[in-house]
Amino acid sequence: MQINFQHRMAAHCENGVITNLLRYYGLELSEPMVFGIGSGLFFSYLPFLKLNGIPVASFRPLPGFIFRRITKAFGIKTETKKFRNPEKAMKELDIMLDKGIPTGLLVGVFNLTYFPAPYRFHFNAHNIIAYGKENGTYLISDPIMETSQALTYEDLKRVRFAKGILKPKGKTYHITHVPENVDIKKAVVKGIKKTCNEMTGFRGPLIGVKGIRYLAKSIEKWPKKVGAKKASLYLGQVVRMQEEIGTGGAGFRFMYAAFLQEASGLLNEDRLWQLSEEMTETGDKWRDFAVRAGRICKGRYKTSDSYASVSELLLEIADREERIFKKLKDLF
Amino acid sequence: MVSLLLSFMSLFPKSLQPIHLSYHNLNFDRLFVMKKDQVPQDDENLLDGKTRDVQYAVDQNGKYMTVLSLGWEPKNIVMRQAWNEINSHVEDARKEVIAGKKSPLFYFMQKNMMDVKLLSEYSGISRWKVRKHLKPRHFNNAKISVLDKYAKTFNLSSTDDLFRVGE
Repeated sequence: MQINFQHRMAAHCENGVITNLLRYYGLELSEPMVFGIGSGLFFSYLPFLKLNGIPVASFRPLPGFIFRRITKAFGIKTETKKFRNPEKAMKELDIMLDKGIPTGLLVGVFNLTYFPAPYRFHFNAHNIIAYGKENGTYLISDPIMETSQALTYEDLKRVRFAKGILKPKGKTYHITHVPENVDIKKAVVKGIKKTCNEMTGFRGPLIGVKGIRYLAKSIEKWPKKVGAKKASLYLGQVVRMQEEIGTGGAGFRFMYAAFLQEASGLLNEDRLWQLSEEMTETGDKWRDFAVRAGRICKGRYKTSDSYASVSELLLEIADREERIFKKLKDLF
Repeated sequence: MVSLLLSFMSLFPKSLQPIHLSYHNLNFDRLFVMKKDQVPQDDENLLDGKTRDVQYAVDQNGKYMTVLSLGWEPKNIVMRQAWNEINSHVEDARKEVIAGKKSPLFYFMQKNMMDVKLLSEYSGISRWKVRKHLKPRHFNNAKISVLDKYAKTFNLSSTDDLFRVGE
């Protein structure tokens, strides 16, 4: 059974899965649009939560958030399931595919056979779509891959029941109903407002621009606090989160700028174009941060590449982004 | 005079206007890093030749589009750094196994970036047993059915491979 499904690449897996699913149901949206409406831009720094002994700085919300938000904004009905029993989870998937329903799956990448080996860490928040089964092999649309892929029953079962932090537990999600008329403009405004609130409005020091400031201040202390080697590992981890497959560059800033451009045309609002350019500039700053951090990690200090200098750069980024999101908020 | 200048500038497409004047640290290899024909292609085979990375960049009119990239130097550096760290743990583990301080299980655990908890979850063997099996004496006496579970977890074709730690 194969569904007439069109695979298209995307920068980010969750956006990509949503974009491909929506297109299948006749709602054509670009990846930046999905990202913006789903309020995918996010920042959190959680120093007490350590991954392999390294504090976590995240540029994305928890998996599933973007999907939930965008379907809610459009009044799209969906169904999400989690399983305990792997065999049952696979059986349910077969039933879905027999019905001709492309199904989103949450998987871990460690045992994902077709994935580039250097990226196969124990990371359990990857999204793919199963859109068919031929001779016992599942047809997979993975937004990170240029072409569609195939997985055996065993391999798919394994990645759906990956172990470790944030176990996917065989999670599936699919669309059951798309309303005939969707108000994209309204959804865009709502998505922007939500992102503004998340980036500037949270209490406490961990989320949004405050999180960036907190990270900046911590970075400055790292060499003294944990030693040169660990500090450089910590810094490398931040850059990896920022630039790893799936952000579209600069921790999603360029993707968000692309969204603001599209929104500017849609809402006929020139100021959004202006803010998009400002967002691009902060994207460049994030890239600059990665360049300098990279040189520190490589042990090639230039006079300008100290922990203090990257810390200062991040503080500047936080200030700029705060200004952008305040202006954005004032638009609506 | 100012308005004349502004109207003159508006004749040019957006991308030609000096929107980056605020950039204090002028360095041309990264100033326009998001322009579509300047998206970095620093290939170090980190994508395994299997795919490319979607990047958002602007075209000559300042409009965003996607460009496929093979990699970017700073990102390659931090990826390599992460793998060097993992590989050094694996190498340390290998030495400990050869010195007889740890069982081969420890080597494969490190190689698969697992800790006792994760290995226990993947293999279905309880944590205290995994800890026990990290000692050579206990691992050598482990049942074949147990070894089989470990071999499967590490994608090894036979239990014999569990005793080859790659000299």
